[in-house]
Formats: sequence, C-alpha cells, structure tokens
Amino acid sequence: MIVGHLLRRGLNRWIVLSLAVILAIGIAVPALNLLLPVTHPLHVPTYIVALFGKYLCYALLALSLDLVWGYVGILSLGHGAFFALGGYAMGMYLMRQIGPRGVYGDPVLPDFMVFLNWQELPWFWYGFDRFWFAALMVMVVPGLLAFIFGWFAFRSRVTGVYLSIITQAMTYALMLAFFRNNMGFGGNNGLTDFKDILGYSVQAGETRAALFFASAAALALGVLFVSALGASRYGKLMIAVRDAEARTRFIGYRPEYVKLFAFVAAAVMAGIAGALYVPQVGIINPGEFAPANSIEIVVWTAVGGRGTIIGPIIGAILVNAGKSWLTGFAPEFWLFALGGLFVAVTLFLPKGIVGTAIDGWDGLRRMRDGKRRERGEDAPLTGPQPEAAE
Amino acid sequence: MNDMAMIEERPLAAKAPQHAALTEREVQESRRKETILYLDGVSVSFDGFRAINNLSFLLGKGEMRAIIGPNGAGKTTMMDIVTGKTRPDEGEVFFNGTVDLTKHDEPAIATMGIGRKFQKPTVFEGHTVEDNLALALAGSRSILAAIFHRRDAEEEARIAEILDTIRLTHLRDASAANLSHGQKQWLEIGMLLAQDPKVLLVDEPVAGMTDAETEETARLLRDIARDHSVVVVEHDMGFVRDLGVKVTCLHEGSVLSEGSIDNVSSDPKVVEVYLGR
Repeated sequence: MIVGHLLRRGLNRWIVLSLAVILAIGIAVPALNLLLPVTHPLHVPTYIVALFGKYLCYALLALSLDLVWGYVGILSLGHGAFFALGGYAMGMYLMRQIGPRGVYGDPVLPDFMVFLNWQELPWFWYGFDRFWFAALMVMVVPGLLAFIFGWFAFRSRVTGVYLSIITQAMTYALMLAFFRNNMGFGGNNGLTDFKDILGYSVQAGETRAALFFASAAALALGVLFVSALGASRYGKLMIAVRDAEARTRFIGYRPEYVKLFAFVAAAVMAGIAGALYVPQVGIINPGEFAPANSIEIVVWTAVGGRGTIIGPIIGAILVNAGKSWLTGFAPEFWLFALGGLFVAVTLFLPKGIVGTAIDGWDGLRRMRDGKRRERGEDAPLTGPQPEAAE
Repeated sequence: MNDMAMIEERPLAAKAPQHAALTEREVQESRRKETILYLDGVSVSFDGFRAINNLSFLLGKGEMRAIIGPNGAGKTTMMDIVTGKTRPDEGEVFFNGTVDLTKHDEPAIATMGIGRKFQKPTVFEGHTVEDNLALALAGSRSILAAIFHRRDAEEEARIAEILDTIRLTHLRDASAANLSHGQKQWLEIGMLLAQDPKVLLVDEPVAGMTDAETEETARLLRDIARDHSVVVVEHDMGFVRDLGVKVTCLHEGSVLSEGSIDNVSSDPKVVEVYLGR
C-alpha cells in the first residue's frame, strides 16, 4: 500500500510514456525477430536484437550512475566495477551450467581450472550452480562492496574529486586482481563458452528474446524505482545533500547515510545490468573493470542529461549507437570522438540533451503562461534539475 | 539511529550534600543546570593560533543574547564548538545543563535542539521555499522514514505558520535560488524554526540587508525569542541596540565585557579594541 503510494507519486506523464516505450520495445523487437520470416521487410535481424539488448543494459547502468551523480552529486569514476561484479556473478552461474560439456569434460570444474591443474572448486564458487543463489549474488556482491567502500569514504567525509579518484582506484585495483589467474575467475580470458541459462541454450533465438525482454523490464523497473525515490522526501534530501551538504548536517540529517543508501542502491542496479549483459554478449573478462569503461558511463550520462531520468537512458543508447556505427568503419577514431563529445557536451550542453530540452520546454511554457496569466498544473518532465552552471 | 537515545544524561555526582557548605564543584553544577548553554574554560587552537582562549559563557533558558566583537574575536568558532563542528582542546560545553556537547557530532546536536544559521545564507537552492522548510521540519531523520514519508495536515499547518512568521507566504512555490539575499536569510531562519530547536544560533543575520530588512529581522528575532533561547552574532550596532538584550563582547577568544549595550559600548576596554578602531 505504502509502496503503491510511493510508485504513484513517482509517476508523471513523461515517466509513464517512457515506461510504455521501453516495454513496447522490449516486446516488439524480439517479436519481430522471431515471428516474421527473414525475408519480411520488418524482420529484425538477430544481431540487432543482441546489440539493442546490450544497449538496454548500458541504459540501466547509466541510470544507476545518475542516481549517485545526478541526484546526490557523487561523481563515481568506478561505477563499471559494480557492473562487472554483477556480470561475474552471472558468469559463474553460466560456467557451472556447462557441466561436463567443457573441453576437458570435467563434471564440476570449469575448463580454466582444469587447465591450471586445480583439483577442486574454490569455496567462493560454491552455490553458483543454483540460479537463485547467483541471482542473489548479482545484487549482494556489488551492494556489499558499495556499502563497505561508501561507509568508509562517506564517513571520513571524502568528497569531490578525491572521492572520484578513489572510486577509480577501486575499479583499477579490481581489474588487476581479476587479471590474476590464481584469483579463480579465469584470469585475462575471463568466463566464456556459456551453454545454458535456466536449461535453455544461450544461443537460441527464444532465449535471446527472453533476455532482451528481461533487460527492457529491468530498465523499466529501474526507471520506476528512481522516479519513485526522486519524488519522495528522500529524493529531496538527495538534492539537498548535493547542493548544501553542511546545511543538511546542521538540521540533523546524516548526509553520509543519504549518500550510502543511494550508492548501494545504484551498485545493485549496476550489478543487475551486468548480469543481464553477460549472457547476451557471451563473455565477461577483467576488461570490464577498466577505468575507461567507467568514464564512458559518465559520458553517456552527461550527454543525456544528469539529474533527469530519461536523459541517461537516451545518452547511453545514442553514444553506444554512435560507437557501433563509427567503430564499424573507423575504429581508431572512436576514442577521439568520445573525448571530443565529452568536451563538447561540457562546454555547450552542460545539462545534457534532456536537461536542455526541459529548459527550452519550460521557457516556452513560461512564455505561454505569461500570456494566459495562469499557472502550470503540474511539474514538468522528469526529475529535479542540477543547478545551472553559473 | 534513534537520535534521542544519543542524548545521555550525565550522572550527577553527590546529589545530596552532607554538609551545609556546598563544595565549589556543586555550586558550579547547580549554576550549570539553570543554563541552556554553558561554556566554561573553553580553549581551542588552530595551528598554534588560539581562536578561543579560556572562554566562559552562560546563556539562561529563554534568554536572547547578542554577541559582538571585532573580526577574529572567535564568535564563529564559538558557534562551531557549540554545534559540534569543532572540538575544543579543553573546557566544558553543556547544553540544557546536563548534555556534554563535546561528545556529540553535528546531526546529533542539531536533533537535540540547537539550530544554527550560517554567516553566509545557506539554503537548498534546488528546492522551493516550501520544500526547504519541509526538509527542516522536526521529525525522524532516518533514511527509511524519508523514503516512505507522507506529508500530513499537521505539517502543512506548521509550514504555513512558519511561512507567515518569516513573511514568505507569497513565495511558497518559488525556487530558493531566486530569492533575494535578505529573503534567503529569512528562509534560513525559518528552517531553524521548522527544526523546533530550543536554542537558535544566528550568525550575522543582517549582513548585506537593507535598513528596512534589518528592522524586519530585528522584529522577527524578538518574536522568536519569546519562546526560544537565541544567540545572535552581529556587527551592526544599530541592530544590536534594536534587539535590546544583554550583550557579550568577545575579543581574542575570551569575554571582554558583558552587560547592557550602553554599559558595554561605554566600557573603555571595548572602546579601545572595537568601537574606537
């Protein structure tokens, strides 16, 4: 009942519209792939399903970063670590599903362990043969890391660029650790050669369709969650901490807990995104921990518009579509394009695409309202706006 | 995270004196219990600079006090000590006679009932005037409570009342970022009121205000002082005279002079360091 109230409060027409679009895409794309013959003009090729499924996971990841960066003002440059951890948890489940079908045919040990001459499964691989356990770990592991990291960082009042640097150091350290063979996560090859998920072949068209829909549904849930949170008093508190942290402390709030909650919630969202990503791309390796990946997430969010809900989603999809397109014929230019994009957005669109659109929309409405001498009936667009860059 | 649980009562040693003659310690304790703020022998240094030097300061329950003093006299540092931002190197700081403030941090002290207005007006610029007050309203400070919070009629009434007191009712839905400097000061005072504190520490409330705004602020503070204890730090002597309360003059981290504004301003020591500059 209370949750219902919370959800209703978060809904405005823009959120409803974006939910409808996300779910429609989640149903239409796989349906057009499966139901129509390949020769049909509306048929969606399988590689497009895989590509868009990936984008949906990235969109959820960008939305989770927006929760900490756009709302609470914590610029995390290590957000990819939570995504990768969720991905590894799912990867471990998928590895255990291979069973005796691996190259070495060992019924329990994944191939890379046989190759390393390991005799038995390390303790931290226990339980990952069960889906429910892996699904739980997808959320618990990133959430726990975020909790421990955030507890120390926020309580010590580490803020601003220092916090960004240590988040970056965190993901870098994890990358180096996961590259080591004796960590037990497949070293630099990571986890791959997946066969089944929940008893269905990961290669099958139906499984891909289901994964695509699951990604869309997860993104829709993420949107619902962030908008409900943003509309609550806690949402206002997040903005308050972002804009005047000391003030919140002197009226009795503990900003470190406000930050910690958002940080952990965002880490869990990122973990879920990673878990949906891995079966769709078929591999998870330590490269996902690379600091550059985390910085890319920041760029997506900045391009779309931080502090809005739709912005990071649009940003993630547009930038990645641009990346797919550009790397198709001139891969060596991609990093320049990404850097240039970030500089351009920072200089010319500090509020991102959606933030700027909201401003324009508001301006138009004010002009119209000024003429009519009447007030607008409800708050426009999505979430609260970051303060103007002045 | 029950904030009230953090307020510990200090065990009172030697409650019933055996002898007629009270020890010095007991005299001090009984004196302390009548105060809302009690600072005794407080010192604090920053990198060798003594910002507060053996400062003793008492504020009675329900009293309004003005603090004056030249720049660097330790006025803001004193507020930092009371609100838990700065830990004193030595000395005693008590709230309500019994709570040792040096053992608590800012949020705990704020929820106990000490509200603070900063020198530079600090409001939540991303929020409306109403939301600024709503966030400050007394109540649970836990995260879960904030997530599931629903505004009720009582809160509405309280917000309306405060808006009326600080004369910002017509700007209820305006963004706090668009307020004038004086309006921001009032909003911040309103946020203090919303906290429902026992003591308000108000740092330079009229800095940068027009004369009309200054007068209005004096009226507002006198209103508030009717049912709160208030400490006002201010440079503006006309404003302090307007408040018509006991004045403490700080200099180099300790009390130089205390009394009515006329007594203090004619005190030769004060004239030398402050008024006769």
